[in-house]
Amino acid sequence: MELYQKTAAELSRLLQDKEITAVEVFNSFTERIDEVDPHLKVFITCTLDSALETAAAVDRRRMENEELHPLAGVPVAIKDNFCTEGIKTTCASKMLESYIPPYDAAVVEKLKRIGMPILGKTNMDEFAMGSSTENSAFFVTRNPWDLERVPGGSSGGSAAAVAAGMVPLALGSDTGGSIRQPAALCGITGLRPTYGRVSRYGLIAFASSLDQIGPLALNALDCSLLLEVIAGYDQRDSTSLPHEVPQYSAAAGRELEGVRIGLIEENISANFDPEIKFAVLKMAALLEENGARITEVSLPHTDYGLSAYYLIAPSEAASNLGRYDGVRYGYSADGDNIISLFSRTRGQGFGAEVKRRIMIGTYSLSAGYYDAYYLQAMKVRTLIRRDYEKAFQNFDILVGATTPTPAFKLGEKADDPLKMYLSDVCNITDALAGVPSLSIPAGLHSSGLPMGMQLTAAPLNEGLLFQAAAVLEKCSDSPPQQRTALNLTGRGEL
Amino acid sequence: MEFETVIGLEIHLELQTRSKLFCSCSTAFGREPNTSCCPVCLGLPGSLPVLNRKAVELAIIAALSLQSEIQKESRFDRKNYYYPDLPKAYQISQYDRPLALGGFIEMKNEGVKRKINLERIHIEEDPGKLMHSGESIFDSDYSLVDYNRAGIPLLEIVTKPDLRSGREARLFLEELRCILLYSGSSDCRMEQGSLRCDANISLRPAGSKTLGTRTEVKNMNSFRAVEMALDYEAGRQAAILSAGGSIIQQTCHWDEGDRKAIPLRGKEGSSDYRYFPEPDLLPLILKSDYIETLAASLPELPSQRRIRLMEEYGLDPADAAILTENRSLGDLFEVAAGEYKDYRNLARWVRGDLLYLLKGNDRNPSEVAPSLLIELLTMLDEGEINRPVAKDLLANIVKNGTNPRELVQQKGLGRIADREKLQPVVEKVLAENKDAVDSIKQGRKKAFAFLVGKVMAATAGRADPEKVQKLLRELIN
Amino acid sequence: MSDDFIREVEHVARLARLSLSSEEKELMADQLSAILETARKVREIDTVGIEPTAHVFSIPAFLREDVIYPSLPVEKVLQNAPKKMKSYFRVPSITVIEEE
Ligand SMILES: [Zn+2]
Repeated sequence: MELYQKTAAELSRLLQDKEITAVEVFNSFTERIDEVDPHLKVFITCTLDSALETAAAVDRRRMENEELHPLAGVPVAIKDNFCTEGIKTTCASKMLESYIPPYDAAVVEKLKRIGMPILGKTNMDEFAMGSSTENSAFFVTRNPWDLERVPGGSSGGSAAAVAAGMVPLALGSDTGGSIRQPAALCGITGLRPTYGRVSRYGLIAFASSLDQIGPLALNALDCSLLLEVIAGYDQRDSTSLPHEVPQYSAAAGRELEGVRIGLIEENISANFDPEIKFAVLKMAALLEENGARITEVSLPHTDYGLSAYYLIAPSEAASNLGRYDGVRYGYSADGDNIISLFSRTRGQGFGAEVKRRIMIGTYSLSAGYYDAYYLQAMKVRTLIRRDYEKAFQNFDILVGATTPTPAFKLGEKADDPLKMYLSDVCNITDALAGVPSLSIPAGLHSSGLPMGMQLTAAPLNEGLLFQAAAVLEKCSDSPPQQRTALNLTGRGEL
Repeated sequence: MEFETVIGLEIHLELQTRSKLFCSCSTAFGREPNTSCCPVCLGLPGSLPVLNRKAVELAIIAALSLQSEIQKESRFDRKNYYYPDLPKAYQISQYDRPLALGGFIEMKNEGVKRKINLERIHIEEDPGKLMHSGESIFDSDYSLVDYNRAGIPLLEIVTKPDLRSGREARLFLEELRCILLYSGSSDCRMEQGSLRCDANISLRPAGSKTLGTRTEVKNMNSFRAVEMALDYEAGRQAAILSAGGSIIQQTCHWDEGDRKAIPLRGKEGSSDYRYFPEPDLLPLILKSDYIETLAASLPELPSQRRIRLMEEYGLDPADAAILTENRSLGDLFEVAAGEYKDYRNLARWVRGDLLYLLKGNDRNPSEVAPSLLIELLTMLDEGEINRPVAKDLLANIVKNGTNPRELVQQKGLGRIADREKLQPVVEKVLAENKDAVDSIKQGRKKAFAFLVGKVMAATAGRADPEKVQKLLRELIN
Repeated sequence: MSDDFIREVEHVARLARLSLSSEEKELMADQLSAILETARKVREIDTVGIEPTAHVFSIPAFLREDVIYPSLPVEKVLQNAPKKMKSYFRVPSITVIEEE
């Protein structure tokens, strides 16, 4: 077994026992990247030189018996919407094609501080707007399970990188499903933490009241290890939560006796792929076998979630993206007066989906529409939050499908924004409620593609999600690690 | 037809913090362009605002001193518009839940008591600054942007349309400035832009209660300019209305050179600011005990002090006004008045010679030791020194902090009242000024004063004037 | 697509400072009306007496102390500037009369 096939926890153990070196780990993953990235197209920027330096430094310090963080020397990839000092940060947009931030995002600081080599910055939908990574201004990323299919999005690059063994861990951002949906479509585990659990400082904003950073990994334990690193209060993010960070990794291994689980009716809907429905029910049965109590539950305002989300997120986005005006940084078009500079810069620098969302958002905030659209959506958001508050009075975890279907074909939904939006239908309400939500593998579809199950808990109860996920990993026939099965000469025409 | 002028003001004040409203960059005035900038105030992607505690505190203090009601919960909103000096394309401001509501200032206009009500007070961030390549914004091919000012905390105060003339607007601003200087929340320097004022002005037939069509006047850079611009605009509107015309709602720029308000067109065409709650900042929730603590620490209002100075010390209104306007001068007066009981004499010295000397030497009243001032006035009262000597001694107090009694002893500046010492001097003066003596004998009083002056000069101002006069009369006769 | 809605799209594009080609405008109008159709679903619910949610959690706002930290060096401030002059950002003429 190659090093690149191991989990982060396994690598961490081997590194701490000095059986392997961080440079060996680095070499194994970079060889894997050389091998598969030309086919999958995951990285917008590779930062192998600095990663190698980090790995070598970790080895040196370990030789000197310095006390190191368990993840020191374990490589990681980050989505290209995290600011990295001196390293191009593009958001997969022509607007920021050559933008070099003068500072590191809070999470990047944390990764650097503990000595995790950052291998590169992964592809995404432009400004994190999309569900397939096809909205990247640079290139599309392919699903390691089927090169003709999308990896999901918007953190598609990070999900594909982990699924294909290019990194054991990656960071993504989730505004309305952008971690969980690609995790499900790529057959890995991805967490959207409680809103405010991870500092957003240095995460390029899409929709500020929804954006949250989270880990993508092969299993729940790895996710919990990375969450321990990135979670915590940050004075630079006023919305970050002051609560202490528990040892999430200790949760994996606890029993499920007496845990109350609600099966969300709306997230195993009749029009979902029946195999996915069946897979979720099967996983629920496993939880029951392990001592959990399962009951069906309804979140009655789920139907309105998509509508509310597609008003709130674009409204905030329209405002957040106003700063790309060609004056201080980024793409700048020629213009002989200030308005033409602004309008041409933005008209030429943004892609179609970004422009669509800016238009929706501007519309819903504009005079005459504010009350009927934006304000009404914010009120519906309150009703959705209440659905969750009520549900968590009776349940500890809510479960359902992560996505209605497995990975779709490249181009299949690219021309129909509404169809694309629907692929996040299960991921939106918990984002609006700010609660933590985890997608885990739920077996393989008859098409050979992975399926995902989503587990949601009350605010700050991430540990409970890892606990349930670990139990399921132990007893289910979860999909084999794709990294060994990746067939590069298979169906995809490359 | 008789018209009544209706004016409402929108005032922006820089709050006197060390760092900006949402980041830790310095607010110092006059720095090199773009040297007081960071990811937050440049609006770089990924940056987030964090509210400055001091800015909130100063805003509350200012609002309290204007009798405005602090809201237990207020909120920040984004005001979205595109302008090159606005780094995020939105200004973080407060829209429908401002920091404070209501409030008023009481003042006198030509002896008439006036109460000017406030609409609201809120906190917001300043945009950056534009420098134009040409003479003005209109004839510039390009402009340069400096973001040092971007993010400096501002307090916006909106009045009700309670002002009735340019003069009243100026008086209001003067009183507002005085109150805020007292509260220490802003240094209110209009010339440095730390106090800015825009006005809405309309006319209506005298006695009418409805508001006429208003215009907005901007770019008034001094209190005097406010008065002139508003009087100008009121006159312009009156001329139009009297001729049967109607007023177009527009924004005008006051041109200080031409003394004219020029209509401005086109800047931000339609002002649809798409306000919505700032998701990056949580609501500002203020506990009552916090507000109460600040209220308790509030200094006396200038208007209260003015009255107290008159009642407690028997000062006349003019002296009281000067000692109120200059807060530390008033403080010096009151400390000295604790021991020196001829208050009116003290007030005359403090607001007269002392204030003149302070200004001339660029000193603050707080640098003067009240004990030295008391010492000086006591010596004068007790006839130990003469008035001209006292003035010299006061100058020494201001410049060097010298103890007047010591200086008198050291240099022998005490009053000369001994007959033996004075008589030879007087005799000498008489001998040298025979003409003057003759004039006096012919009844010319002026010549007598001349001789007194000669004696004083000969004694370097130290002679006891009464004794000199007595001696002179004696010896001439 | 109705002319009214096209005009609406043009107005919104102007507010958002987005120049759109005429084809883009057409397509945008089609897509926008479909998306807004879906979004309008929020209006089916009676929300009388419901407070809007701007922040999911109500924790007290953190206030930072009024302390100065070093700003960015001016080279870093200007490092990404498309157009600069001396140590300023440079922009074209800002007097434009906007047609509505
Ligand atoms: Zn700053």
